[in-house]
Amino acid sequence: MSAIADAPTAFEVTEPSGRAGLTQAVRAEWTKFWSVRSTAWSLFALVVATLGLGALSTNALAGQRFAEFDPVRRILVGFNFGQFAIGVLGVLFISAEFGTGQIRSTLAALPRRRDVLGAKAIVLGVVSLIVGEVLSFATFFLGDAILSGSRTPVAIGDPGIVRVLVESGVYLALMALIGLGFGAIIRNSAGSISTFAGLVLILTLIIGAMPLAIVNAVSRYLPANIGATVFAVSTPGRLSGTPVFSPIMGLLVLALYALILLASGSYLMTRRDT
Amino acid sequence: MIEARGLTKRFGKVTAVTNLTFDVLPGKVTGFLGPNGSGKSTTMSMIMGLNHPNAGTVTVAGRRYHDLRWPLREVGGLLEARAIHPGRSAYVHLWSLAQYNDIRRSRVDEVLEIVGLTSVAKKRVGKFSLGMGQRLGIAAALLGDPGVILLDEPANGLDPEGIRWMRTLCKSLASEGRTVFISSHLMAEMALTADQLVVIGKGRLIAEMPVGEFVARSSSQNYRVRVGNNAPFVSAAVQAGGEVVNDGDALKVSGLDATALGDLALSLGVAVYELTPLASLEDAFMELTSNSVEYHGAA
Repeated sequence: MSAIADAPTAFEVTEPSGRAGLTQAVRAEWTKFWSVRSTAWSLFALVVATLGLGALSTNALAGQRFAEFDPVRRILVGFNFGQFAIGVLGVLFISAEFGTGQIRSTLAALPRRRDVLGAKAIVLGVVSLIVGEVLSFATFFLGDAILSGSRTPVAIGDPGIVRVLVESGVYLALMALIGLGFGAIIRNSAGSISTFAGLVLILTLIIGAMPLAIVNAVSRYLPANIGATVFAVSTPGRLSGTPVFSPIMGLLVLALYALILLASGSYLMTRRDT
Repeated sequence: MIEARGLTKRFGKVTAVTNLTFDVLPGKVTGFLGPNGSGKSTTMSMIMGLNHPNAGTVTVAGRRYHDLRWPLREVGGLLEARAIHPGRSAYVHLWSLAQYNDIRRSRVDEVLEIVGLTSVAKKRVGKFSLGMGQRLGIAAALLGDPGVILLDEPANGLDPEGIRWMRTLCKSLASEGRTVFISSHLMAEMALTADQLVVIGKGRLIAEMPVGEFVARSSSQNYRVRVGNNAPFVSAAVQAGGEVVNDGDALKVSGLDATALGDLALSLGVAVYELTPLASLEDAFMELTSNSVEYHGAA
């Protein structure tokens, strides 16, 4: 034994070619995403909000004596709430790592922060997009079934409906990525969720209380208002009298927000101690 | 091999680590010794690229941690604070780490077997005891079969059997030619486990030497002596350059080694009932580290 200790043979590590990067990180993050309970909770809350509130709201509409101008807005009403659930999902995907110390294990396995956050964004973005699309179409067909025979019939083939449903799914995916960006920057779960909620809800209320000139100038940039235009067929360019972006333009603005937040998060993760 | 050169780390106004330079060589267990708060964990974090030094560099296997191509295959680290999401099972935690570095899935079962967690592999980590969490951290460190292993306070939370297991593991890893660097604030544990020591106090290097030398230097100082006749023995010992204090039913002698004391008693014809080395390694360690500011503060 001591002879071995005195003259140790050099230890050879076995390494494949290339290096650990985004591909490996996506696989690992996929495993991590599905192996915590908060993912299931958030997705469950999202389903309840979109399908559940959609069914309730549509059911009320079915009993009305007059036809609704835009029934899709009523069917998709739950998406205004569902965006909080998906935002929380995005926040927790990274803030829980900071909160538990898991991030140290993660960054020891892959020190390149940009690849870690990039992999999280890919996994979260893809899952949220698929879930968002499935839910928007499922909610529509549920509402369609409830409204059949009522004074406000809708059909998937009606003009603009498929576009609204596709865009609604995209909206949810972008809100998830915005949540992830806040989580990476703020790191603390409660703080990140509050900030996300503040951006979507409270900021909209504050801006709404400002002088009209400010409301007209700013409100089109607010995520909640972008959402309100996305979740409706009829988008006359104004929402409650204030000018808003078209749904596509709104989604591009939202994508820009997500990009800026994630880039800032990546930069901060690289600079900060862990 | 780990090479630290002039590592310095400040947190605000507090300097946690100051100009730390040392080498950790392969094929040996190197103990990283210092009191709590002396900068061990900060240094470990800098080695693993988690904390950025304000000055200096540290490389592992010749590269900065950030530049390692497959980090877990080069370096395995157990970090002091449990760095694991409590909601995942031990198995999934290790499997996700393995995926980051293209490590085969069967390796997860192997390391769980090595650390003795196979039976609880599917259990949520949040339900683990401190010792089990520590074993899981060691499993993660072994995952990539790395050439360099860093364990920050690995004995924390382990029971005596676990500590002995960990000691054996460290020695066998080193005997395979790996670099093993373990931190501890317990001198006695290090004396049993390590071959080489890096001792720090208040973020500064105090000593870098083989454990044998450290032990020899520190434990030759004090003896507890009981003899048949105190008076002639005491005066002879003082004359020979020793210092003697009465310590209850025995004498405490310093400045003379065991051989000299034994010879002295024989020459006086005094019976020796007891001759025990007194100064514990802890004493020597504490003396060394508490004086660190005095010795190095001017730098």
